[in-house]
Amino acid sequence: MSIDYSEKIPNNVDLASNKTLQRALEHWQPGFLNWWGEMGPDNTSQAEVYLRTAISVDPKGWAHFDYVKMPDYRWGIFLAPQEAERKVNFGEHIGQPAWQEVPGEYRSTLRRIIVTQGDTEPASVEQQRHLGMTCPSLYDMRNLFQVNVEEGRHLWAMVYLLHAHFGRDGREEGEALLERRSGDADNPRILTAFNEKTPDWLSFFMFTFITDRDGKFQLAALAESGFDPLARTCKFMLTEEAHHLFVGESGISRMIQRTCEVMVQHKTDDPAKLRAMGVVDLPTLQKYLNFHYSVTSDLYGAEISSNAASFYTNGLKGRYEETKLGEDHRLDTAEYPVMEVVGDRIVTRQVPALTALNERLRDDWVKDVQGGIDRWNKVPEKLGIPFRFTLPHKGFHRKIGIFGELHLSPEGKVISEAEWTHKHRDWLPTEEDRAFVQSLMGRVAEPGKFANWIAPPARGINNQPVDFEYVRFN
Amino acid sequence: MSTADIVKQHLIDPGICIRCNTCEETCPVKAITHDARNYVVNAEICNDCRACVPPCPTGAIDNWFPIEKGKPWSVGEQFSWDELPAAAPVAATIAEPEDVARLTSEATAGQGGPVAAPWSAEKPAVNLYSEKGPITATVAGNFRLTGEGASADIRHIVLDFGGVHFPLLEGQNIGIIPPGTDAGDRPHHVRLYSVASPRDGERPGYHNCAITVKRVAEDHEGKPVKGVCSNYLCDLKKGDKVQVIGPFGATFLMPNHAGSSLMMICTGTGSAPMRAMTERRRRRIDQKEGGELMLFFGARAPDELPYFGPLMKLPKEFIDINFAFSRVPNEPKRYVQDLIRARHDAVWRQINDENCYIYLCGLKGMEKGVDESFRDVCRQHGGDWDRLLPQLREKSRYHVETY
Repeated sequence: MSIDYSEKIPNNVDLASNKTLQRALEHWQPGFLNWWGEMGPDNTSQAEVYLRTAISVDPKGWAHFDYVKMPDYRWGIFLAPQEAERKVNFGEHIGQPAWQEVPGEYRSTLRRIIVTQGDTEPASVEQQRHLGMTCPSLYDMRNLFQVNVEEGRHLWAMVYLLHAHFGRDGREEGEALLERRSGDADNPRILTAFNEKTPDWLSFFMFTFITDRDGKFQLAALAESGFDPLARTCKFMLTEEAHHLFVGESGISRMIQRTCEVMVQHKTDDPAKLRAMGVVDLPTLQKYLNFHYSVTSDLYGAEISSNAASFYTNGLKGRYEETKLGEDHRLDTAEYPVMEVVGDRIVTRQVPALTALNERLRDDWVKDVQGGIDRWNKVPEKLGIPFRFTLPHKGFHRKIGIFGELHLSPEGKVISEAEWTHKHRDWLPTEEDRAFVQSLMGRVAEPGKFANWIAPPARGINNQPVDFEYVRFN
Repeated sequence: MSTADIVKQHLIDPGICIRCNTCEETCPVKAITHDARNYVVNAEICNDCRACVPPCPTGAIDNWFPIEKGKPWSVGEQFSWDELPAAAPVAATIAEPEDVARLTSEATAGQGGPVAAPWSAEKPAVNLYSEKGPITATVAGNFRLTGEGASADIRHIVLDFGGVHFPLLEGQNIGIIPPGTDAGDRPHHVRLYSVASPRDGERPGYHNCAITVKRVAEDHEGKPVKGVCSNYLCDLKKGDKVQVIGPFGATFLMPNHAGSSLMMICTGTGSAPMRAMTERRRRRIDQKEGGELMLFFGARAPDELPYFGPLMKLPKEFIDINFAFSRVPNEPKRYVQDLIRARHDAVWRQINDENCYIYLCGLKGMEKGVDESFRDVCRQHGGDWDRLLPQLREKSRYHVETY
């Protein structure tokens, strides 16, 4: 179904036929625009950005490129096409027709799931709002803004569900989503990782590579939901999410590339020398990886979770690629391995798979992150540099779950508080590391020019050349 | 190996791909698959529909490599790659045929050579099939466009490409090779025809295109002469086979961005690309992308004007049509340049609109008159055409194709 852009709120859900809902959303819209003006990207109201806008949700139409002034971006409501006769595909309701309306008994649970997902979207825009001022190139600036407008659209997607299916409660949640602020002491965003700062582009790339990948897996699990409007919404969001992952993975890869080039050119791996030459040494990149990986891992929650079990049994949130998995979609008797700490040893024990669904989704995510790390490692390999990036142990630097009360080294050894205090500076970015990375950040906004600490991309956006004017300033 | 033995294989660049699964999810025929290392396209299943291309966030999907026919890289081979094998993309390996290069250079001479395509134009496929390896199209229809009494016999010919990949954009040309040999026993030269149908075909859902052909019965000086290719084409019947090469042309293309406008100036069969572009926009009316269409169309009389009927049916708010007839009894001769002058306010506004792209197609003779009329419009509004034209060219906003 094509998207009607003549509407005040572009949509493919035939909003015009439901006047009450349309009015409610039109009432929410100015609040959103105010929020965007106040908390969206800094100083950008006049910039024209070469953005991708969905003009329909089919493959040919959803990636339409054009210059857009960001405040004029057409945020709208797009759901993936409805699948005829879709069923609930897991849990105790398996085989029943998928729900088009919220089942009464799951109302508050579903609302909580949607609000939690929805809250991350504006949070990341807030976290990233100053980055445009220090972009390493117009190409990167454009990618940042693309990510930002799409996170804004994802907020719309969730608010639509709240308004359309949760009545007055939903509308109030919609308002609250615009009121919480990332990092605010009194009214913070719901999840911890979304209250961290994204102060520099290295953090931004790590965030989009690792934390947006959590988004991918959460959305993928919700795209399996028996509540059909949620499934269709998340399915379309996933298509957009892929670009965010690309920005992160290629961003770090280009940083590695640049550092390795300087290492080869000057025949040195001395971090101090490399820093003096204005690139980020590989061990510092590893520290940032450790930090973002561990903080994001907490987003999956505790390893053993009765909430996760009931989400599944009730048909609200599935496993990653649920419908592609084998026969068992009830998990009545299946088991899943989960780590456990016994004294100072880490052992693995089988638990009911139903209670371990958080851990399973985390493991799927870990595998996906590892794939990206392997691709990063091809860069030093190709240039003959022996350094390789590695993921720290799952229990490293965790605040939630069985490792929450412990200290683990990146290798997975349980260590004392004293040893942690002594060593953590080798594993996580220190204030000095952060200050150094911050010192590299300066705005490069000339077409085709790139900051010294990052290599140009292999390919431009939408087949445009790398030196294309991705952002125009008026 | 002749160029006929070379085909293109769709490949994903493993050095750029982030394994996001979007392509596999999108592919309607399940030609894309993956292992722990790579996402790959199975050449035996891929039907080149390209649905996977726009959603790819990285551009990794956008690779077509020349390979020897019948010997594609297997899925297993692709799984083992860290990067694409060393080979140049297809378009660079098959050179534009000499005849085509000459014709193109003549057609664009009026503007001092080809101007780059608009920035938002779709990326065209070019030179997929050469004279050494033409494809065979089937005539799906051949309709007379001009009135029975009209002196000119202009025809709308629909060619079907069947299952052979032949992507076309509005403004591109196809080459037709008439059968047989000339007086010197040499094969006939190729003739270029601008497509008159939009990118999704004359009939959407079918792999076909339309061309506009005028039966040539006299030369430019009016001496009787029988055009080899035009007569061959005009006499074709449904089901006949035609040798086609191309596609050609990477510059006379329409902009795709929302809000872009078109000013189209044509005479006779020069209307073919204008009809293609107009039809493209008409089929997308529901998208409400904005932008204006303005057409200046010259012919001797209404019944000699191809597509006169269908044009008259288009809503006024969709397209601003200006007909100029030079041979209507009891009426003064009017040419397109007269109408451009008469509509100087609108024309001046469009010239100054960064989103308006101007296209000129028809007989060589019209170039000078049109150029003069633009100069007059500019003068009337305090502008300088000689200063403006280079700027229009630089921004790919002025395109000429004359013959």
